[in-house]
Amino acid sequence: MELTEPIRRALVEALAKAMIDHADELTRLDQAIGDGDHGINMQRGFTAVLANIDRIAALPIPEALAAIGTTLVMQVGGASGPLYGTLFLRLGKTLPERPTLAAFVVAAETAIAAVKARGKSDVGCKTMLDVLVPTLEALKSAPEGADLPALLPAAADEAAAATVPLRAVRGRASYLGERSIGHMDPGARSSALLIAAACAALRRVA
Amino acid sequence: MNDNVGIVIVSHSPDVARGTAEMVRQMVGAEVKLAWCGGAPGGGLGCSVPAIVEAIEQAWSERGVAILVDLGGAETNSEMAVEMLPAERRGRVVVCHAPIVEGAVVAAAEASGGATLEQVRRTAEEM
Repeated sequence: MELTEPIRRALVEALAKAMIDHADELTRLDQAIGDGDHGINMQRGFTAVLANIDRIAALPIPEALAAIGTTLVMQVGGASGPLYGTLFLRLGKTLPERPTLAAFVVAAETAIAAVKARGKSDVGCKTMLDVLVPTLEALKSAPEGADLPALLPAAADEAAAATVPLRAVRGRASYLGERSIGHMDPGARSSALLIAAACAALRRVA
Repeated sequence: MNDNVGIVIVSHSPDVARGTAEMVRQMVGAEVKLAWCGGAPGGGLGCSVPAIVEAIEQAWSERGVAILVDLGGAETNSEMAVEMLPAERRGRVVVCHAPIVEGAVVAAAEASGGATLEQVRRTAEEM
């Protein structure tokens, strides 16, 4: 589909709003197993994105994604800055201006690989990857004509919930060892929220 | 002084970074270039990639720069900052996996004796 300027604006707004509206919830999750700043950090990053929305939405999709990534890298202030920044930067680098679903899958695979390298992490470590990877798998295995904007947020929510019993191996939560079990990973939750927000925005405009 | 490896201290807390730098200065002296940063963009605990890039520039030496970090986010943000440097500098900056205070003092002491970047890193990481 063609991601016109109004669609790009709607997408960026939805992502930013999701992080700003859920800042308290993300912070609460992070207070349980991290250093309690994930909500504040994502809010700061996406508030900066929102402040530049006119410039960002005017850019073609690859450059718009790169601009979001750079803003997050520069503004977030925690490990999530480079991690989400890398995700958006690499999506921008890999997606064509008029992305097909197949091109998006390739770009998402590349971007997820970059996040793994940046965080020296992988699936099962109780991180955002535990949402990104299964959601991409759900996308790849979705039958032709499936209702993706409904299917993907459900897959992401399920994956985020599945981080609750995991023991953290990366990030601040890993210092807690066994005590990190029983809490949802805040990065997994923010990833699920971003996926849901993007899908809802696309559903509204499609 | 420009012949010695430079040292950058990156903490989530400006107080920790400043205090660590103070200890390095007192224990090692002024023979190495030293810069520090701490705190999120706009204040509060955290790290700022632009501030890390600036600190690397301040401590820049042709022999390279060793970065000492406190917790995970400082490491990830420092690695990101290194990647944003001009290509000819990128390969001459390392993030040391060492305790921030002890690592910074030992790294600076090693650097002040004219050690290479790799020697500085190895000494810090032996802490």
